[in-house]
Amino acid sequence: MSERRKIEFDYSGVDTDRMRVNVGPQHPSTHGVLRLEVELEGEIVTEVVPHIGYLHRCFEKHAEAMTYPQVIPYIDRMDYISSMNNEWPYVIAIEEMCGIKVPEKVEYIRVICAELNRIANHQIAVATFGLDAGAFTPFLYLFRDREWILNLFERISGGRLLYNYFCVGGVRGDVYPTFKEDCLDIVRQVRATNKEIMDLLIYNHIFVERTANIGILPVDVAINYGCSGPVLRGSGFPYDLRRSEPYSIYDRFDFDVQVGKGEVGTVGDCWDRNIVRMREMEESCKIIEQAVAQMPDTGDVFEAIPKKIRVPKGEIYRAAENPKGELGFYIVSDGGQKPFRVRPRATSFINLSVLPEISKGYMLADLILILGSIDIVLGEVDR
Amino acid sequence: MTQQEIYNILKEKFGDEIIEFSHELPSDPYIVANRSKIDEICLFLRDEENLNFDYLVILSGMDYIEKLGVVYHLYSIKHKHRLTIKVFLSKDDPHIPTVEKIWRSADWHEREAWDMYGIIFDGHHNLIRILCPYDWEGFPLRKDYKTPEEYHGIKVPY
Repeated sequence: MSERRKIEFDYSGVDTDRMRVNVGPQHPSTHGVLRLEVELEGEIVTEVVPHIGYLHRCFEKHAEAMTYPQVIPYIDRMDYISSMNNEWPYVIAIEEMCGIKVPEKVEYIRVICAELNRIANHQIAVATFGLDAGAFTPFLYLFRDREWILNLFERISGGRLLYNYFCVGGVRGDVYPTFKEDCLDIVRQVRATNKEIMDLLIYNHIFVERTANIGILPVDVAINYGCSGPVLRGSGFPYDLRRSEPYSIYDRFDFDVQVGKGEVGTVGDCWDRNIVRMREMEESCKIIEQAVAQMPDTGDVFEAIPKKIRVPKGEIYRAAENPKGELGFYIVSDGGQKPFRVRPRATSFINLSVLPEISKGYMLADLILILGSIDIVLGEVDR
Repeated sequence: MTQQEIYNILKEKFGDEIIEFSHELPSDPYIVANRSKIDEICLFLRDEENLNFDYLVILSGMDYIEKLGVVYHLYSIKHKHRLTIKVFLSKDDPHIPTVEKIWRSADWHEREAWDMYGIIFDGHHNLIRILCPYDWEGFPLRKDYKTPEEYHGIKVPY
């Protein structure tokens, strides 16, 4: 469909100076406080140096001064648009260390919340990516739908963005009586909107021209850089922790791992990373429908919550599939009330490190798109 | 392959460079290695056909109060097995060979470990601070770190 390739100009005979341009840290298309030092030749990017740390809030240092449950609100603030997913690997790791078995109903609540949050995250990712490409309308549609999910989270946890809902051994509150119907309503609404977005944005000729064959990330480079999530799957590699090492109850659900196939361009371009997110929303809808059908109506969600958390001496690494990729926590305990060390595997931090590699040789306007297609949250990059 | 089997392979290949294997539940198992040949060990782990650790999950700096450490979490996408390697370093001489040429993701992780713990990765092409300001002094995640009074005339503990 699209013919655009890496642009290489012959500058012999043309008198141009290489120029260093600063993008950010206060710039709407850097998705937060990211500063990019870009070297340009004409309009072609020859070098990108990301400067990060503007949002560094010393998460790891804080965690050493807090008790285990007190760390969870700080984890919410790392990737602040998918907080439910963030909390999960942390509580899994501690439950494993303490040998806590979580009730059946809690597992289902967690799966539904995590998948709803995954949809909300991908809605933002696709919406802002469209915005970077100049499409304003899909942004409004997707943000309108995201409100449904946030309203549901507000009803069960009290927060719209930062939930502090998962806790060691359970969740902080039981779901309300019409929870299941509301979930299915959201699934219906998401499907209807996504159908519209596919026509309006994804297969729009202008959007395809803008994003296909841009920022191509080969699969071996992606693995060597430690990329995960839609960035790695967009390159055509079906690596999903929910499938490769099913945690919680993910082995009970039927869903597909979506990968980029290079439908309109090359495998691993910006369009592929974006379509993976669109299709993952549908997979999440499938998981939610199955989870709602299987979820037991009765059961005490508080029964496994320990009064006092005593984590035995030792260390553990547990990961979960965040919307952005593999988020893991390496927790070292010295047997005390407070963790000795909490080290997050921050997905956005690792995915961002591939940006200088894949943005060389493209136009400055394409750099913004490539950055948007990686889907970073600066709260997680800087922690 | 289990971590015990991987440990046996490594022990046979590298001898004294591999110090011990620890597996005490509920902890994850881990291997303790010497620092001097850690780059060769990592290259062997990545390229050996039946090990094939092509994915560096995370590289963490550590402060064990009396000594420093670096922890490598590795994963093989092909064989789906995991491995944890620990290296201990003394506080007076925190040098360790870099692995950034083996896994490119180690570049930023090593910069972060330098930034937070002052661990020096020999051979790293650009070992500068990453999360703290470039002119920050001290290593914030060390257990004995004292917060400075002020930074460029701004009071720090405000």
